[in-house]
Amino acid sequence: MPHLGINEITFLAQGLKWTLFLTAIGFCGGIVFGLLVALGRVAQNRALRMAAAGWIAVFQGTPLLMQLFVVFFGLPLLGVNVSAWLAVAIALTAHASAFLGEIWRGAIQAIPKGQSEASHALGLHYRSRMFDIILPQALKISLPATVGFLVQLLKGTSLAAIVGFIELTRAGQIVSNQTYQPLFVFGLVGVLYFMMCWPLSYWGRRMETRLSQDPR
Amino acid sequence: MNTLDFSVILERWPELLQGTIATLGLALAGMALAMVIGVLGVAIRRSGNRLGAAIVVGFVEIIRNTPFLVQIFFIFFALPLAGVRLNPTTTSIIALGLNGGAYAIEIIRGGVESIPRGQTEAGMALGLHQGEIFRIIILRPALRAIYPSLCSQFILLTLTTSICTSISAFELTQVAQRIDGDTFRSFEVYFTVTAIYLVLSWMIMGLLAFIGSRAFSYPTR
Repeated sequence: MPHLGINEITFLAQGLKWTLFLTAIGFCGGIVFGLLVALGRVAQNRALRMAAAGWIAVFQGTPLLMQLFVVFFGLPLLGVNVSAWLAVAIALTAHASAFLGEIWRGAIQAIPKGQSEASHALGLHYRSRMFDIILPQALKISLPATVGFLVQLLKGTSLAAIVGFIELTRAGQIVSNQTYQPLFVFGLVGVLYFMMCWPLSYWGRRMETRLSQDPR
Repeated sequence: MNTLDFSVILERWPELLQGTIATLGLALAGMALAMVIGVLGVAIRRSGNRLGAAIVVGFVEIIRNTPFLVQIFFIFFALPLAGVRLNPTTTSIIALGLNGGAYAIEIIRGGVESIPRGQTEAGMALGLHQGEIFRIIILRPALRAIYPSLCSQFILLTLTTSICTSISAFELTQVAQRIDGDTFRSFEVYFTVTAIYLVLSWMIMGLLAFIGSRAFSYPTR
């Protein structure tokens, strides 16, 4: 009968805490910078549009693991000495900004052009047009995809394990090596991830159904 | 010294090339397996067998809500216990296929559900068999409709192959880690390899678009 001691369970719980923490940081940072990327992607300025498109293409066309490695080893070269967790958090934020930026770009462009023309006609400035008229509607229709990406990001934090950062998966690896019960430990780690991800997936799917029934 | 030196990495281009080819192989084999699992899963879900359908739904939910890294570790340790001894590359292909297959099931199911019922009824009226109706009248137009989503999922699968380094399968990321270990030029190695991945994913995008234009170019209306 497989079993774990109190030490192993505490260790896994510590890892779980870091997984949640990394997800939260990556997602919050991703929201802020993703909004900038999305606005850049639909900007009037051509150079800004190209830069945002390039940013998205690079992060969507390369593995998250490589992004983690490049940031992890690249920051010290720039003379920025950061701890492992901060490097991982920066990489996850950049990764999230590209994906959320692309999701919201799609949502912004899905809002009928008449909305933005009407706000022009009313003499609204860019700020008011975007933040009072376009974005509230766009964010609503992008919610299911945004939640879907949150699940991706939560799962993605497991790659920090390969860089050596001790989150849930790395903690699982260490406990598995100590107790010689790989199947039980990785099964347990899988169950923990499932318990975090599945409610989010379920919530996202329900919103999607409700939105598709909403005549607007 | 903080200067960048790419020469040591470029000197080892034969290894990088081998790694790139291995990654490409893993990705293509994973996609093929994912496609088979995707179509089979949808067929089982539609077969009317409740137990089969429940297993497919459970499989999809478990795979989609756990990280690939945990899945590949689990499979890596589970297979030998089941008496199956496979090399890391084969294990990786199985893990990639199962992971991609779960997403493929969801995507293909969406396409299949978008096919109007009248089409199935027309097939029945023409006297086609169940299998023929599914293959010709439902699956093919459904695949055509969801092909773009399937392609972006397969690009993700290509990028996921980098995680197979964690069970020491031979592929591009593993080559990168080895060169890094020999030269200590970490940033240069990973920067170069990231660029290779970018080119690789563009190439696969082109390949998939080509396959799509060949396989689904028949007229619909």
